[in-house]
Amino acid sequence: MSGGTYLGMPAFPKAAHEAVHNQTLRGNLRHATHTIRAKRAKAVAEVSDWAELREAGKQIKDHTLRHLDRYLVQLEESVTAAGGTVHWAADADEANRIVTYLVKATGESEVVKVKSMATQEIGLNEALEAEGIHAYETDLAELIVQLGKDRPSHILVPAIHRNRGEIRDIFAREMSEWGRPAPEGLTDTPAELADAARLHLREKFLRAKVGVSGANFMVAETGTLVVVESEGNGRMCLTLPETLISVVGIEKIVPTWQDLEVFLQTLPRSSTAERMNPYTSTWTGTTDEDGPQDFHLVLIDNGRTDTLADEVGRQALRCIRCSACLNVCPVYERAGGHAYGSVYPGPIGAILSPQLRGTQSEIDASLPYASSLCGACYDVCPVAIDIPEVLVHLRERVVQGGTVTREGAKVVLKPAKGHAAERAAMRAARWAFSHPGALRTGQRVASRTRRFHPRTLPGPGKAWSETRSLPAVPAEPFRDWWQRTRSGQRPQDGPQGGPQGGPPGGLPGGKDTSK
Amino acid sequence: MSGSRDLILARVRRALADVPPDDTPYDQAFARPYLREHGHRSVAGTVDLLAENLADYRALVHRCAAGELAATIARLLDERGSTAVSVPTGLDPGWLAATEVAQVPDSAANTPDELDRVDSVVTACAVAIAETGTIVLDGSPDQGRRRITLVPDHHICVVRVPDQVVTSVPQGLERLDPARPLTWISGPSATSDIELDRVEGVHGPRTLEVVLVSGE
Ligand code: SF4
Repeated sequence: MSGGTYLGMPAFPKAAHEAVHNQTLRGNLRHATHTIRAKRAKAVAEVSDWAELREAGKQIKDHTLRHLDRYLVQLEESVTAAGGTVHWAADADEANRIVTYLVKATGESEVVKVKSMATQEIGLNEALEAEGIHAYETDLAELIVQLGKDRPSHILVPAIHRNRGEIRDIFAREMSEWGRPAPEGLTDTPAELADAARLHLREKFLRAKVGVSGANFMVAETGTLVVVESEGNGRMCLTLPETLISVVGIEKIVPTWQDLEVFLQTLPRSSTAERMNPYTSTWTGTTDEDGPQDFHLVLIDNGRTDTLADEVGRQALRCIRCSACLNVCPVYERAGGHAYGSVYPGPIGAILSPQLRGTQSEIDASLPYASSLCGACYDVCPVAIDIPEVLVHLRERVVQGGTVTREGAKVVLKPAKGHAAERAAMRAARWAFSHPGALRTGQRVASRTRRFHPRTLPGPGKAWSETRSLPAVPAEPFRDWWQRTRSGQRPQDGPQGGPQGGPPGGLPGGKDTSK
Repeated sequence: MSGSRDLILARVRRALADVPPDDTPYDQAFARPYLREHGHRSVAGTVDLLAENLADYRALVHRCAAGELAATIARLLDERGSTAVSVPTGLDPGWLAATEVAQVPDSAANTPDELDRVDSVVTACAVAIAETGTIVLDGSPDQGRRRITLVPDHHICVVRVPDQVVTSVPQGLERLDPARPLTWISGPSATSDIELDRVEGVHGPRTLEVVLVSGE
């Protein structure tokens, strides 16, 4: 799965429908998102200059993206000067080939990994496995996901869809297959489960010769990489092995060391709602007799330059993956991360995945509709990405086609009208609108949408609204509009999960879609 | 193996073709209207804030005068029941003058497995940040290699107050050298991965004790 698409992934509305009917998932997600949401608001309220930090974060990232070529070259020079080796990968396949080659060169057949969305995006674990190299995930949540033969459902808390009883069962059943078994009589208290993971993984850390990581930031000026984490597994992977391979998207650059003063304040408060996360590691090339003596940085494009070419969509590249937008999203809360069919779930996934991968598949065409446009995601985003604006832009793209950049070349997309992609998109739209709870939570629906529609629907977009009988300017909340235009049929009475509801039952995550 | 370097750089330049040229130097490209620190407090107040925030993230905080440091460290090791303590090569030997616990000097030759059998580690730090309750290690001789504060389950970190304490993250970064490998520590390792219950200690030291030592 080189592009990171989960093959056989049902389009958003169907997957979302299945998820909505999974009680455990719903309960866990609700508890989780509401807990983090409240804590985040408190952590943000502690700093009086939040608005200024957010604006500075946005501007630093915009400045960097605007001069990305220059900063990439500078980064390469500084990393090299500090003793590291820089590799460039245009796409997932190339990145996987490079990492595989580097691991093989060490003669090792296993690596320890710290959670990295970039390596998930490129499907690195599967690529390594195909070459006989085993990659061990070491985040507690990733371990739960990997042992449960599952997929992550949240950027920050990937196992948010599992409750403690399920985790206990997975540990008791699977740990022995991979190494040190779970202790006899393991109960489901979080402390015992964490301890079982500590023991199981410690054995792997102590013998590991190769570590694989991502990075939250790369400093062009100094060549420094930064990993922000909680558990200490990151530190293990970054310091115990002899060889370290970091796979990082080209958009993760900041120009200077000083710029970290913004993000090291906004990221922890936005993501885990802490003043500071337990551990942050920074390293610059290699250090004699401390940590890995062989350091490789693999810079990946994989759709990022295509995203950069889109004047509206490029702001998605400012994302620092804090996951605040997931936790406030009423659609995510009900649908769960798996419904997005991508390593990037929630609002950010809805704008990033279709840009990184194109909107040709059903799932990617439907993602821009996986939103009620309530704007809560924009309000919490620490780099002020206007997610609703990008969503509306991408919807327009799906419907009316247009010029986009794919693998560096301009291509003209045909309107999706009448195609499978459009039908999937429309189902997603109906799904979002027919879940009144999802919309009720976002009380700012009306003001947000009014801002966008006059700008997007006239012109070629009109064809869509005419043939589909959609109002051009819903000057009322979507929720009200939907209820009204469904001619008296209250959403609760409608077919559950939208007209195209899939079969209830198992999570898509229950299937093994890793190949 | 950097075959795609020029390809990616060319794609970036093409992608930005719509952006008007702009030669504004970096330091004039945007403003930094945010604060250098939050609130105003006395030096003692800043140290108190550090202690408070460290404790809030469940580090165990102790305060003592310089003359009591050796006894304090000895007591903490004793209470822990440690039989071996890892020691950075540049640590002030006086700090461990009162303890009988076997000392394992930090050395490149130690294997991770050997380190795993060490109970505790005692280090100094590079800087401490009050607003976030963070201590930062930079691998100086009195702090040692990164792994000695990672593998043992009990870390005692000594902060010289008020000299090593800054108020904010921006001030902390100013004092640090990016060329050194840094570890920022805010409380013991933790996870919230199981139903969002915060559990102390997954892989790093599960007990973090911070000694705020004043005077010389
Ligand atoms: S889009 Fe914004 S809020 Fe969402 S993960 Fe990215 S930085 Fe965080």
